[in-house]
Amino acid sequence: MPDLVKMTIDGAEVNVQAGATVAAAILMSRSGFRRSVHGELRGPVCGMGICFECRATVDGQPQQRTCQLHCKDGMVVNTDE
Amino acid sequence: MNVGTYDCIVVGSGIVGAACAASFAKDGMQVALIDSLGAGLLATAAGMGHIVVMDDSPAQFLLTKYSQNLWLSLSDRLPPTAEFQKCGTLWVAADSEERSEVERKHALYQDHDVSTQILSKNELAVLEPELRQELEGALLVQSDAVLYAPIAAQCLTLDAASHGAVIIDSEVISIGQGVVNLRDGRILQSQRIVNAAGERSPQLTPGLPVKKRKGHLAITDRYPGFLRHQVVELGYLKSAHTLSADSVAFNVQPRITGQVLIGSSRQFDTTSEVDHAILGRMLARAVEYMPRLASCSIIRTWTGHRAATPDKLPLIGPWPGDETIFLATGHEGLGITTSLATAELLSAFFSGQTTEIPIEPYLPARLGEGCHA
Repeated sequence: MPDLVKMTIDGAEVNVQAGATVAAAILMSRSGFRRSVHGELRGPVCGMGICFECRATVDGQPQQRTCQLHCKDGMVVNTDE
Repeated sequence: MNVGTYDCIVVGSGIVGAACAASFAKDGMQVALIDSLGAGLLATAAGMGHIVVMDDSPAQFLLTKYSQNLWLSLSDRLPPTAEFQKCGTLWVAADSEERSEVERKHALYQDHDVSTQILSKNELAVLEPELRQELEGALLVQSDAVLYAPIAAQCLTLDAASHGAVIIDSEVISIGQGVVNLRDGRILQSQRIVNAAGERSPQLTPGLPVKKRKGHLAITDRYPGFLRHQVVELGYLKSAHTLSADSVAFNVQPRITGQVLIGSSRQFDTTSEVDHAILGRMLARAVEYMPRLASCSIIRTWTGHRAATPDKLPLIGPWPGDETIFLATGHEGLGITTSLATAELLSAFFSGQTTEIPIEPYLPARLGEGCHA
């Protein structure tokens, strides 16, 4: 069994495999990514830090590219603020 | 190919030309407004859009205050996309010398019925918590505002058109002796040709003492609540207004989107490429005042050119070198603020009415005979 880390995505507690990216955790949580200014759904397009579509607030720091961050125990992610 | 005679031809539909055209058309003049770029796309689009009362000189103070009042009256008629916000300016003091500048500025503004409030260190920290702690307070000028200037220029152009002005999409290649020559071969005639071409104005009127003064801006991603007022360092007066050396100053503006617009730099430089050395200095200055800006993402940087005059006042009125040419240029970093007053001054001048404030400090003739060819 791989190690699991416990984190909070949009208020819900989720268990994620250690070493996964935060973007992967958001995908698994079914919470959905941010919405555009005009309300359209967004999601990770490139997965390599170029497109900026997967941004979320991570541990209070806004506009983080979640495809470039690894999940850590206790991490708090908010996708739409 | 002669395609018409007008009461007035305005060259350049930046914010100044657009304001002039709107004002003259409302006066009942037959107006042509000419630009090859569309409204408000050069310096008007490149700048911050800060509507600010400034006190570099008594003449600058009168003009900016008069014009700010005109903006406040117009603001109800601007569309939401013009993003007009009366957010106020905070002039922050970094040391005791700048703190005494807060007192001086406060007294001056109060004397002229501009409402201001002196803020202690703690009061400032409450209003703008992202500012560094070791500041010595600030002066809040409540009536200062910000807006998205290209949209305002478009509105003024539409306003001009709705009062009968003809909008001509063409490049002006020369003006003088009552004649305007366009790139497409058309020739227009008027006894009042207003050169409102900003940074391009000296190309059309040789000898005009206007130089390009380059500036850089950067804009961040969206961080709602990070910043609430336009915040400018009082050192701005020392650093940004020396006329010779390159300079940077801390000057940040909140946009409605939550983005932070970061300025400012000043260089006499005609190139338009981003100069990374001075951009770096400008951003470092901003981070000195707002440390957490360092963790914000910047999504775009760009440059623009201010149309600068030797005495930092605009050129408004008849050009001594040609009795058919009138100037509305040289507004340096204050073109958005002073555009509406410029239009009103020229409008009153043309109709022979008394101007709201004396026009003399802005007349091109002040710079003497030596300044034109």
